[in-house]
Amino acid sequence: MSKDIILKIENISKQYRLGVVGTGTLSDDLNRWWHLIRGKEDPFLKIGEANKRSIKGESDFVWSLKDINFEVHRGDVLGIIGKNGAGKSTLLKILSRVTSPTTGSIKSNGRIASLLEVGTGFHPELTGKENIFLNGAILGMTKAEIKSKLDEIIEFSGCERYIDTPVKRYSSGMTVRLAFAVAAFLEPDILIVDEVLAVGDAEFQKKAIGKMKEISKGDDGRTVLFVSHNMAAVMSLCSRGILLENGVISFMGSTEDTIAKYLTNNKETLSDFSQFKERSGNGNITFTKILLGNPNDKTNVFKLGEKMGFHLSFTVNNKVNTNKLRILIGIYNERDEGILRFDSDANANLVFDKSLNEGEISCIMEDHLTIMPGKYSVNFALFNNDVMEDYIAGKVLFDVVNDNYFGGSKTLDTNTLAKVLYKHNWVLNKI
Amino acid sequence: MSKEHDINEWKFEISNKSNLLDFNLKEIWAYKDLLVLFVKRDIVTIYKQTILGPLWYLIQPLFTAIIFTIIFNNVANIDTKGIPPFLFNLAGITTWNYFKDCLLATSDTFKNNQHIFGKVYFPRVVIPLSVVISNLIKFSIQFIVFIVFYAYYIYRGVDVSPNGFFFLFPFLVLLMGILSLGLGMIISSMVTKYRDLVFLLQFGVQLLMYLSLVAYPLSLIQEKLPMLSWMVEYNPMAQIIEASRYLLLNTGSFSLNWMIYTIVVTIVVFVLGLLIFNKTEKRFIDTI
Repeated sequence: MSKDIILKIENISKQYRLGVVGTGTLSDDLNRWWHLIRGKEDPFLKIGEANKRSIKGESDFVWSLKDINFEVHRGDVLGIIGKNGAGKSTLLKILSRVTSPTTGSIKSNGRIASLLEVGTGFHPELTGKENIFLNGAILGMTKAEIKSKLDEIIEFSGCERYIDTPVKRYSSGMTVRLAFAVAAFLEPDILIVDEVLAVGDAEFQKKAIGKMKEISKGDDGRTVLFVSHNMAAVMSLCSRGILLENGVISFMGSTEDTIAKYLTNNKETLSDFSQFKERSGNGNITFTKILLGNPNDKTNVFKLGEKMGFHLSFTVNNKVNTNKLRILIGIYNERDEGILRFDSDANANLVFDKSLNEGEISCIMEDHLTIMPGKYSVNFALFNNDVMEDYIAGKVLFDVVNDNYFGGSKTLDTNTLAKVLYKHNWVLNKI
Repeated sequence: MSKEHDINEWKFEISNKSNLLDFNLKEIWAYKDLLVLFVKRDIVTIYKQTILGPLWYLIQPLFTAIIFTIIFNNVANIDTKGIPPFLFNLAGITTWNYFKDCLLATSDTFKNNQHIFGKVYFPRVVIPLSVVISNLIKFSIQFIVFIVFYAYYIYRGVDVSPNGFFFLFPFLVLLMGILSLGLGMIISSMVTKYRDLVFLLQFGVQLLMYLSLVAYPLSLIQEKLPMLSWMVEYNPMAQIIEASRYLLLNTGSFSLNWMIYTIVVTIVVFVLGLLIFNKTEKRFIDTI
């Protein structure tokens, strides 16, 4: 019985109108109403196309969500990820009954409470304590429930000293702490959480994620739907994942697979450079193809501790008699800080003569990849006889995702300042 | 693993099909604590950081009554049939204010609360309901002031006394509350789409006041403008104010037929308001 379906989403679609919605809608309203009383279909529902943010559509109406179907089992922690505008928030809004779907239905076997934003309904003139009650009631708790948890809430927020002070005197961080504390003690059957962890200082974020884990992993493990752009948080909290893309579910599966899918989809990494223009160098020898991979297959997503390799194809455009290549590969993190560097001059001798038209160079790492999980970009430079012939920067991207590389019971906390990790051993000597 | 569920087995369902009559009283009852907290919030916060604080509750009706007395009674010579004009006006203003405050505040329900409504679900009707209740408390304070002046006039030997049925007055207040709630819910639902109504309402309420017998008795308009007196007679608020003065000050007229008309109008407006509000709350967030 522990795995019965608690939430069933059937054919959910949501249509929105673009542009300015003004009083001009009166004619549309009348039109719609006229169709309705004649028993015909809403004329504006027929129009509609996939919701692609960057591409100009032909219609004023878009489907923000289209035919969403999935089921959630009791105790599941479901992560919903996707780009901005993929429909995540719309889905959560429909689930939390803030707005209703255009078509389809949602059936649930438990009370749904949503946490789309912390501190909804906080009144600046009321004291912290009064706001706990107000906010708790807005989120669906009864007064008795809040009263029984009041001390815990205050303690969790860490705002004990200010609890009888109006909230308008609070710093924004304190307001958020207090608000999250209230929400953390909500006890619905299904909890919907949207991005609320993106607030507060590092210490509080950790506390908040810890609390979320506790909620979902307890004996009566609650069902949680979690939307976030913080992949580390999704990874550590969720048991399943859904990837939304332009209003449709493009992938559903384990959290790991979903994140990997999202990261590869999300990044527009290039591999074919035969027609590429944004390059510098003399151009006598140029890259045609750059592929990344682990020993098993070509990929742009690496687990921590995997072995990584580069496969570079090049073509010779203007031939000279003797060629001595030097390849430089630089790996940069999201802040554009150089992390790793591979230089063929250090340990290789890449020499060829006039007969060669095309070639391929592989560079395979001997050691495990132990750089911090995150997003990286790679720059490639090709020198021939000490003259730069080709240089491609920031077009090849890859991700390192967290994995239980160190073999301990705890997964690594990626929210630290380190850039490189190292396999190591600890010894306790009794003296 | 996945069992086939019969539709009836689900406890909750969300869809776009809105049943006009599905008005969930049980759900509203579950949120009664929220209702109480909203009422408390409205009362506690309204005059925070003001010097006079709740005294403002008293200043507004008193000054209006003084000005009305000067203009309508001293300048325009409206006859209040032996009742001290100030008391006559204060009775009208106090009752009218309750209706006006409720109507204006409930009409803004969706607009003012779109931030909360956009983030979390609770039965939306809790908000207008809390407005009507918190205004009831404000009304009670103002009514006490009215009684204080009443006592003062009796002490001074002026011949005023309530009608024997004065205990029915709370019924009139209830009627006003329901009428303003119903009307407010209709307007707030329409405001989500047509913002023009906000401006229309501002001066519409002012015009309505002149048709609601706040500063003159029904007999006066029947006598002086018999052609137009129907506009006043068909106005339920005029009937309520005339009746309340009949109960409190034993002046003017009372007609059971008109009272039944008023009750019917109130109920129709309220039910209509509930239906429209119920329909709007589901998707107003997309249009506001």
